[in-house]
Amino acid sequence: MGKLLEVNNLSISFTQYVQGLNRHDTKVISDLTIDVGESEIVAVLGSSGSGKSLLAHSILGILPYNSHVTGEIRYNGNVLDQDLKEKLRGKEICLIPQSVNFLDPLMKVSEQAIGECKNEKEHDEKKIRQREIFSKYGLDESVDDLYPFELSGGMARKVLLSTALIGNPNLLIADEPTPGLDAKSVKETIEDIKNLREQGKGVLLITHEIDVALKTADRIAIFYSGYVIEINTVENFKNVDNVLHPYTKALINSLPRNGFQLTEGVQPLEDLPGCPYWENCPIRLDKCKDNKPELVEHDGIMIRCFNFKGANDGA
Amino acid sequence: MVKINNKKLAKFLGYKAIRLLILLIVIAAISFIMIQLSPIDPVKAYLGQRIVSQEQLAIMGEYWGTNLSLGDRVFGWLSTLASGSMGFSLIYRVPVTEVIMQKFTASFILMAVSWIISAIVGFGLGVLAGAKEGTWIDKAIKTYCYILQSTPTFWIGLVLLMVFSVYLGWFPIGLSVPIGQLSDTVTFWQWLYRLILPAITLSIVGIASITMFTRDKLISVKQSDYVLFAKARGESFWGIIKNHGIRNILLPAITIQFMSFNELFGGTILVEQVFAYPGIGQATVAAGLRSDVPLLLGVVIISTIFVFVGNLIADMIYEYVDPRLRGEDDE
Repeated sequence: MGKLLEVNNLSISFTQYVQGLNRHDTKVISDLTIDVGESEIVAVLGSSGSGKSLLAHSILGILPYNSHVTGEIRYNGNVLDQDLKEKLRGKEICLIPQSVNFLDPLMKVSEQAIGECKNEKEHDEKKIRQREIFSKYGLDESVDDLYPFELSGGMARKVLLSTALIGNPNLLIADEPTPGLDAKSVKETIEDIKNLREQGKGVLLITHEIDVALKTADRIAIFYSGYVIEINTVENFKNVDNVLHPYTKALINSLPRNGFQLTEGVQPLEDLPGCPYWENCPIRLDKCKDNKPELVEHDGIMIRCFNFKGANDGA
Repeated sequence: MVKINNKKLAKFLGYKAIRLLILLIVIAAISFIMIQLSPIDPVKAYLGQRIVSQEQLAIMGEYWGTNLSLGDRVFGWLSTLASGSMGFSLIYRVPVTEVIMQKFTASFILMAVSWIISAIVGFGLGVLAGAKEGTWIDKAIKTYCYILQSTPTFWIGLVLLMVFSVYLGWFPIGLSVPIGQLSDTVTFWQWLYRLILPAITLSIVGIASITMFTRDKLISVKQSDYVLFAKARGESFWGIIKNHGIRNILLPAITIQFMSFNELFGGTILVEQVFAYPGIGQATVAAGLRSDVPLLLGVVIISTIFVFVGNLIADMIYEYVDPRLRGEDDE
């Protein structure tokens, strides 16, 4: 089965000038490999501010000019270069943004959902489609003429989702769709995203909320210090013995229902020569300090660790 | 599109009217006191070169009230002003209100034309520079603005006069009517023809600030999340500039333009001087040089109102056009 989206060894770095004219490359995403199939929700789970959104931006081709990208992104088997990105974005690949700040503050929401049109005819057609989708999500006609600042949190979220769906995309990228929402809205968002899967769409869910990832996704990729360290199915996350990476284990153990076992340590900011988790790892080997483990497959699980087999014995 | 809440508008305008009244009283009093404390003596200015005796001088002083205390004089001036009279111009020998009406009309057309030119050209250049940030077009426009901003108005006027009137001979060197013709007999085209060069000079000065402002605003809009999202949705570059860029910078740009009335007024004084254009600017200079105190004070008051109205319109645009502030938030 052809994958909808394949990201292979994607690295994103930024060139900055620090202290005068010293050029400095900050690596934000390193060697990221992930894929999303049709009717599948894949979550990328990582801490806030770790650069997860840049994955979304690079798929859509909207990274800032001082970024440097290596690796390959494929959509339906075709290499997704900048030309193809520009052709597909807004049509086959759509972004569900984080917040109402992603809407023009001075434009009525219905017009934003409709977007840019070449002529009156296209506008009229899209207007019908916009109305359809808005009603589907329970937004009545009075919402059409509202400005973004007039929307409540729940309404804004629905508008953003509808806006992404106007073009009837195959792949949706939800970038932190649940920040600061109340429990009810979070639940609705999860349901809405799951519904997209029922319609055969692929969803890449980028989030820092482990609960949202567990309730929504089919597979979860753990993002640590710029690396994907493990991609595992959501079933395996129910049992700490079924996940392989020591960081993932620590993450699961820290959940309230598993007794809040917190682990000390922070994510390194600099790219280390060895494993990014070396500093905090309970099962580290000598070679982990200076050698970088590759993302390898083990029983259908993608894992970036030299000693994952020793993890269950050691703990 | 714009729904106006009448009650809110009345409250807003009432509040602004009180502000204007207070401002006028303070400005009128302060400028009057300053002139009283200056070496200008209105009696001497009125008499000019005529030789009079000390007794006659004293009678004149008593008639005009220059022998009263400063407090009485200020009060007298303010109460006369409240009755609607601004006094009698010493050099034009007609009531100040009449002089100002006539001169201000001429200047108003000059200012309005150059204000509109500078708004349109400045906004256009600003959008272009902001959209093409970092390219040679942007750099050229920026350099042009820096040069304009640091150049005195009268000097630009002189350069334009030299090039277009003296060397090329395309435009007359000054005056609003051809020499030897009565102002009543001037045709519209003659009048327009003579307006072009002063209006261009005055607008050139206004262009720089509005361009730089627009450019800055557009660049910050381009870095906003909503432009990023518009890009992610596949909108084209110029589509984004048009739909989101201009939409979000037009209001602040218009506001800034209305708030530039003070610079406009200052500029017109210089430009009218260079082009010998008989407007309020020339009248101001003449009043200052020839100690025409009533006219000078009249101009001060009129210019205060003019600048105040500009700011008032700017405020109103924000209150009533911007949907974020327009809402029925009070009561």
